[in-house]
Amino acid sequence: MNRTGRMLLVATLLAGVAGPLAAKKDKEEAPASQGSSAEPENPYPSTYKPYPGRPTVLRGATIFDGEGGRIDNGVVFLSDGKVTAVGGPDTPIPADVLLIEAQGKYVTPGVIDIHSHLGDYPSPGVDALSDGNEATSPVTPHVWAEHSIWPQDAGFTRALANGGVTSLQILPGSANLFGGRSVTLKNVPARTMQGMKFPGAPQGLKMACGENPKRVYGSKGREPSTRMGNMAVNRQTWIKAREYQKKRAAGKDQTRDLAMETLADVLEGKILVHNHCYRADEMANVIDMSKEFGYKVSTFHHAVEAYKIADLLRENGICSAMWGDWYGFKMEAYDGIKENVPLVHRAGACAIVHSDDQDGIQRLNQEAAKALGAGRRMGIDISDEVAWTWLAINPARAMGIADRTGSLKVGKMADVVLWNGNPFSTYTRPEKVWIDGALLYDSTDPKRRGVVDFELGQIGAGDVK
Amino acid sequence: MKTNALILPFRSGLSRTVDAGRSRPTLLGFARSCSKQTAVWFVVAAGFATAPALAQSVAITNATLAIGDGSEPIKGGTVVISAGRVVAAGAGVAVPAGTTTVDAGGKWVTPGIVSGFSRVGLAEVPAVRETNDTSAGRSPFSAAIDVAPVINPLANPIAISRTAGITRAVVAPATGSSIFAGQGAVVDLGSDLNPITKARAFQYVEMGETGSAEAGGSRAAMILTFRMMLRQAQEFARAPASYDGNSKDALLNRVDAEALVPVVTGAMPLMVHAESARDILAVLALRQEFSALKLVLAGATEGWMVASQIAAAKVPVITAGLEDLPSSFEKLAATQSNVGRLVKAGVSVSMGMLTGDDALQLRAATQQAGNMVALTKVPGATGLSWGQALRTITSAPAEAIGLGDRFGSLRAGRAGDVVLWDGDPLEMTSAPVAVWIDGVQQPLDNRQTRLRDRYATPTEGSLPKAYEW
Repeated sequence: MNRTGRMLLVATLLAGVAGPLAAKKDKEEAPASQGSSAEPENPYPSTYKPYPGRPTVLRGATIFDGEGGRIDNGVVFLSDGKVTAVGGPDTPIPADVLLIEAQGKYVTPGVIDIHSHLGDYPSPGVDALSDGNEATSPVTPHVWAEHSIWPQDAGFTRALANGGVTSLQILPGSANLFGGRSVTLKNVPARTMQGMKFPGAPQGLKMACGENPKRVYGSKGREPSTRMGNMAVNRQTWIKAREYQKKRAAGKDQTRDLAMETLADVLEGKILVHNHCYRADEMANVIDMSKEFGYKVSTFHHAVEAYKIADLLRENGICSAMWGDWYGFKMEAYDGIKENVPLVHRAGACAIVHSDDQDGIQRLNQEAAKALGAGRRMGIDISDEVAWTWLAINPARAMGIADRTGSLKVGKMADVVLWNGNPFSTYTRPEKVWIDGALLYDSTDPKRRGVVDFELGQIGAGDVK
Repeated sequence: MKTNALILPFRSGLSRTVDAGRSRPTLLGFARSCSKQTAVWFVVAAGFATAPALAQSVAITNATLAIGDGSEPIKGGTVVISAGRVVAAGAGVAVPAGTTTVDAGGKWVTPGIVSGFSRVGLAEVPAVRETNDTSAGRSPFSAAIDVAPVINPLANPIAISRTAGITRAVVAPATGSSIFAGQGAVVDLGSDLNPITKARAFQYVEMGETGSAEAGGSRAAMILTFRMMLRQAQEFARAPASYDGNSKDALLNRVDAEALVPVVTGAMPLMVHAESARDILAVLALRQEFSALKLVLAGATEGWMVASQIAAAKVPVITAGLEDLPSSFEKLAATQSNVGRLVKAGVSVSMGMLTGDDALQLRAATQQAGNMVALTKVPGATGLSWGQALRTITSAPAEAIGLGDRFGSLRAGRAGDVVLWDGDPLEMTSAPVAVWIDGVQQPLDNRQTRLRDRYATPTEGSLPKAYEW
């Protein structure tokens, strides 16, 4: 039930008990916009249900818990879809469980990619399936990435098998200043998007700084064509959003507006802002804008120059989602350096390694290793287990799902990867991956490998990838 | 930390010992430990080196040494380079008296990494059109285009790649308005103004989805266009003076026709970009009509499906290695096991930047190779041994382009392209400690390392950041 629906319900109840005065008051405040009472708050609800799993114990592995902790020769117990015990070698092991001896191997929480376009820019990359940018207006907060997702993208299965990715955020593209709402998925193949939707995860709002919006619209002879145009259109939009939000909060009558609903939800802290932004100076402008209009930026995405303002990002509690070593492909990426992630981390700001790429998502552990090595060479000593936070609890927090996943803590979702070696090594791959306790990838079992509809019956279907 | 000087090589013949194992494994640490020695350094202000680079006589001892020819690394190895070339490499190699000696302290030494496919030096910032010389869609020329004179040795991606241990690269033009892109080059990534190892080293042609589009819209038109263009090149070769590039039947102007002559005669390798099994077979079949074609396959994502045919045709393959998605209809059968299966079938396989970032990320080579090793531990997958994997990014690309006797391995007589690493070179946490190209020790800083140093502390000191240099 949405906010207006709830308010009408309250009005009806009040009318019954408090008499005509209350009824009149509420009638004034309750929106009377068309059909609002019939619209549920969550109209595209998750239908995801964890698949069955066996109670399983992984014994003897090195555990990175995803929050910076490490246990050598550890024990992890998964049952009923949850992590039910994590500890050292003395951790009691229940009877009647599947016991996996994992000496010499590593166990981590599943990798979380905060920036993916799987499903909305799927494989094959043909125009007919290219659904990531509603590049017809710079302001499209009314579109939802989840409505573009094609669940038959083989990229999901590769991210699972080769990357150990168990949760991921699918964002609209960056052509627009306000690109639309994002969605967080469990990386479990399904017939529908709803079947993958992470239950209860907040949506995000994709915003974009810099070159893309000004290029896409400037080339059409439209605003914005400059960075100042970007900011002006942003601010005008936020002004409207504030008015809409105030009226909505006050229960005043107004026509329902999908774009404004998204922005009002941002202003009320229900939707998290994920802002594509490369340059340090532009991130600083966005921080000021967020204060001007009273919203919070969760994460700067790409944040190629985050290292230049790591102090500012720490002070404002904003995460940076970064590549391991991308640089220079466009002007605003010119100052990319391999030490970006460790420099942000050392400053005490929140660092995340992201992919934005169907191939990179299969090797986020290696992208993190690039950053880790570069940091160590400049004297930033970060342990492996602490570096794993870049792929686990940090993105989980930035996506608002850290209470449910992102680390191996008792009671959290059993989203777990068993790696066949140290996951920062190029020579290491996932051996098994569980999502909510269900074994969904097993390198030793060809049938525990997803083959999406698009691949089925085609050459290469079911091949080791 | 000030790094405003680029350090060029010291003179040969001065005996020094640098213990890379003892010194801090950074290029700065290495430079510092070197500068304590008696060697003469040319210190050049940032800008770029104009001082002549001198090849050293240097021996690197006590190394975990990989030759690059497919053999596995050995412990306690020595490599000796002199006059710009490898003199000897292996276990028990004697160090000639008076040779500068570097004690690797057990660390890894390999030949310089070779990018089997790139566009390095053709673009500084690929999305900034003014800096991008990879293709020319509005040019009247195609096959005759020659990238050698315009490869920019001062492009930042060259220095950045060099810092990562890349010492040579195959550089291909991209197509503009024809299936033929023009003549590619082989370059070194040394800090000097002479990048060319071999100009006009190969011709590049698109023979898949891109080629179909360039040929007017179908693969049938693409094959026909290819055949008719080569026939016109043959006509040109028979009677250059009478070839009329302006006739309405001419598909090639005179200069493009002339440029294709060495392709038809087999004097110049033809690098063909084809991904799908069927396109690869169509390309191999072209030898029935043009028997001299010296083919090199680029891409070949579905090569494993026709591995025996490629092997029988003795055509080397340069591929991206990590493609495993049906990202287009010409890559439906993509798998990371492609490389391993091709090698197993007897195909010579190299890796390069076939899937983008070809002007920038040549340093992905070690990641591509390392992942081939990873596959050996994945049930059902086909990977490569460590030595075979290194070969795909060293000697194999050099051989594919016909220059295997010049560089790409530490066999005697090859170019003195050597990298000393701070760890296993195929691990992403590792990096070079020292790089030699043609026996000349190279600077390992670049604008990325300068940015890193400036912002090691993000806040301003007593002056603005702009004054920290």
